[in-house]
Amino acid sequence: MAILSKDEAQTILKKVLGFSTADECEATLTGETGGNVRSARNTISTAGAVDNVSLAVESRFGKRSGVATCNQFDDATLRRCVQRAEEIAKLAPESPEYVPLLGPQQYMASPKSFAQNTANITPDYRAQQTAASMQLCDTKKLDSAGFLEDSAGFIAKRNNKGLEAYQQVTSLSYSVTVRTKEGTGSGYATADYNDISKFDAARLTQIAADKATGSVGAKALEPGKYTVILEPAALVANTDASLLGALMNAFDARNADEGRSFLSKKGGGNRKGEKMFDERITIYSDPSNAEIPDLAFSGDGRPQKKMTWIEKGVVKNMYTSRFWAQKAGIPDIPRPGSWIMEGGTQTTADLIKGTQKGILVTRLWYIRPVDPQTLLFTGLTRDGTFYIENGKIKHPVKNFRFNESPVIMLNNIEAIGKPVRLAGNLVPPLKVRDFTFTSLSDAV
Amino acid sequence: MGLTGLAAGAMFLPSFPGFGGTLVDPERLLEQVDPAVKKRLADAALNAAKSAGASYADVRIGRYLNQSVFTREKQVQNIASGESYGAGVRVIANGTWGFAATNTVTEAGLAKAAQLAVQIAKANSKVQKEQVQLAPQKGYGQVTWKTPIMQNAFEVPIAQKVELLLAANAKAIENGASFVNSSLFQINEQKYFASTDGSYIDQDIHRIWPNFTVSVVDRTTGKFRSRDGLSSPMGMGYEYLTPKAQDQVAGPAGTGLVGYKGSYDILADAALAAKQAKEKITAKSVVPGKYDLVLDPNHLGLTIHESIGHATELDRVLGYEANYAGTSFATLDKWKTKNFQYGSKLVNIVADKTQPGSLGAVGYDDEGVKTGQWDLIRNGVLVDYQKIRDQAGIVGQDHSDGCCYAQSWQDVQFQRMANVSLEPGTTKMSVDDMIKNVDKGIYIAGRGSYSIDQQRYNFQFGGTVFYAIEKGKIAGMVEDVAYQANTQEFWNSCAAICDRSDYRLFGSFFDGKGQPSQVSAVSHGSATTRFNGVNVINTARKIG
Repeated sequence: MAILSKDEAQTILKKVLGFSTADECEATLTGETGGNVRSARNTISTAGAVDNVSLAVESRFGKRSGVATCNQFDDATLRRCVQRAEEIAKLAPESPEYVPLLGPQQYMASPKSFAQNTANITPDYRAQQTAASMQLCDTKKLDSAGFLEDSAGFIAKRNNKGLEAYQQVTSLSYSVTVRTKEGTGSGYATADYNDISKFDAARLTQIAADKATGSVGAKALEPGKYTVILEPAALVANTDASLLGALMNAFDARNADEGRSFLSKKGGGNRKGEKMFDERITIYSDPSNAEIPDLAFSGDGRPQKKMTWIEKGVVKNMYTSRFWAQKAGIPDIPRPGSWIMEGGTQTTADLIKGTQKGILVTRLWYIRPVDPQTLLFTGLTRDGTFYIENGKIKHPVKNFRFNESPVIMLNNIEAIGKPVRLAGNLVPPLKVRDFTFTSLSDAV
Repeated sequence: MGLTGLAAGAMFLPSFPGFGGTLVDPERLLEQVDPAVKKRLADAALNAAKSAGASYADVRIGRYLNQSVFTREKQVQNIASGESYGAGVRVIANGTWGFAATNTVTEAGLAKAAQLAVQIAKANSKVQKEQVQLAPQKGYGQVTWKTPIMQNAFEVPIAQKVELLLAANAKAIENGASFVNSSLFQINEQKYFASTDGSYIDQDIHRIWPNFTVSVVDRTTGKFRSRDGLSSPMGMGYEYLTPKAQDQVAGPAGTGLVGYKGSYDILADAALAAKQAKEKITAKSVVPGKYDLVLDPNHLGLTIHESIGHATELDRVLGYEANYAGTSFATLDKWKTKNFQYGSKLVNIVADKTQPGSLGAVGYDDEGVKTGQWDLIRNGVLVDYQKIRDQAGIVGQDHSDGCCYAQSWQDVQFQRMANVSLEPGTTKMSVDDMIKNVDKGIYIAGRGSYSIDQQRYNFQFGGTVFYAIEKGKIAGMVEDVAYQANTQEFWNSCAAICDRSDYRLFGSFFDGKGQPSQVSAVSHGSATTRFNGVNVINTARKIG
């Protein structure tokens, strides 16, 4: 029963609200069905399946709130779940950050976040895609390790103030690491989709395999400041922290207003309206974008709209909780589910052609914050790093550790390529000068 | 796309892995399930698996309980009590693993999960190239094990926990903090394991972690600094939060720091944290270069974790984690030489699943192997790895080390890090004794930024507080410190280790690994340790 229709979901939610005796009550129903396959050493290592529907009920008496959940949907269980939320609420302390539940909201016409062919994925489909990847590596005498995960689900919300929301989402993400048998070369490829019609594990494995064989025989370059071309996978990741992900995670208005963000202003306030990045940098969100269709509402039911965060290098908006928006008297903007960095038309290959001397970074890894004041991060290159000379890849280079801030990086822009989908966002490859590598790594 | 995250957001749940589950009345966290019932359920799963063609099967019936309390300044942000109850069945059929889980905890529900696990194993066996070989394991019959706690944290009223955290916040504010966030995590794993080897193992595991972050903002300069609590997550009950004088070790003279062993004084630490966060605002920026580092156990634990703990996990060495966390430089050929000098002769590293108070302590692991202790590095030489039943044969060994773990009933168990600890020095030495011999150095306490490459060669670590050491004495706080090193060079620069009286546990409560990612909790013990001539960089930058 993992994917309930709008009517089925709202029928359950109406029943739940009918059991409520609280001042305010909001119910959220989520469901997901899907599976995963993991492989390593060119063979399947583990596989799993997920199938679950869960109801969360939040009850409020005055400024006291309680939440309870259940995953059975008979009347008795639903009634117990509501009662438990109410009991917890009565025992909870009053929240000084209380804001009333939202009333009826207008959401954008449902983005095309659901694809039936993704929802139809079978264990055989996962096995076939994985087998195709492993087979390619067997033929080339390379080692592969991969992970395929897919999901089809829905979310439905309803409260006693009139809010009503429903949307279905499907997704598939795949990543593969290919290594040479001797462990001297390594390559990586990843992609994610709402609609799997373009997914081809073998095609992605071929990209990773080319990087693996191409990265054998890496030479050491001195650490220092280099012009780099950062492929999208070096800028965002779906499994770990990333430079652009970290930047967008730091756009919280409250942290900025409280003086503990790179967006805080000396003397108080925040830097909204200031030009902090190169004028070619524009980052916005749009849940209706056909390439990255996303949810039309946030976790607390606020509409997700097209929203600009950085426009021509100027900080345009920050997201905030509803409490902080009220307290600070600022626009009430939810955190986006995904974002789009504007770019041009050049591919990574075009950027390489236009580069006299530089380094191609295909992936960055183990990125961790060093200083929140400047948004300084450290991490390493991984799975294929190459020296560029006269518009061509000259030879692979050993991996570097970097210490760099995305704020500084987005001020040192040389060129911006064509955005591609990665981890649910649209991200262009970037050519950046003076990127700071601080040491060498022997890792392959 | 984050459906789960969205639902969690709606519920104001903390977004910490392993937390969540079904939110319940805290009273419910005190209930237990009768082992006789669990045995009956387990047998239903094992019999169904065998009937369906499994050559081996194990079942884990688990109630995973958690409670978290979050506060900031004078207010409670969130309190959540969660319960997750279900069973996972793992089988070998046609020489291939299969796994399925269910929250329908009935004989029929478990039998169905077992059949599905066999079906998955058989389907995957068609593209399988290596048959699973399990190290032999005798059945233990019906046995039990419990974390030796004094006070079950789930029995302590929530009001008392809130009061303690708010009191810590007040101490921080009184001492100059601009902001303070504090939290308390508690976990109870009630897990029952049974296998076709004849084991029926009932365990009751407890863990706790109090923590806070104090921030000081200087509005005139726009500068802000924070200082985290110097507690450690522990495999203990609520007794960890009752400070005892005998559990406290004085830090270096001139720092005011205190090292905590089996109990923690959150009020005293919060007060000190605020003073230190303030001091950090005006501390000198470090001059980059080579320094002798004196590393407190509460800092060194994370360096051990990343550069030795993960590097000696056999699944990483063999390539099973290649697509996610990576592989390891500590390859089999290095181990086979029996003289790979991982560190200096002072470096003795022990893996352990039994140490009292540690996060990794259990009686039996999640595939029914009784736990123990073994050497990883002896006199600086790599001597062994951490391994589980299906890996032992690959390196020619006949037994598992007992470090198999799953974060819940619904996740498949796999090889996870044991407690990996540095043995203390055998010569009497306090931290002040150590510092008096350092001419130009930096003392570091607490965890900070951490990053290491996918084969565990090159790392960079920050810390919570840093003090310059000049001519044998602490010479004031410094800031913007991070050290970069190569694992082997770093451990070979180990020049002195304080004695057992300084030995303490550091812990990692949410160590992530695997795809889909699972968390586990693990401790790392050490005494204050000196490393000579390590490269220190300055991390200060300017943004426009």
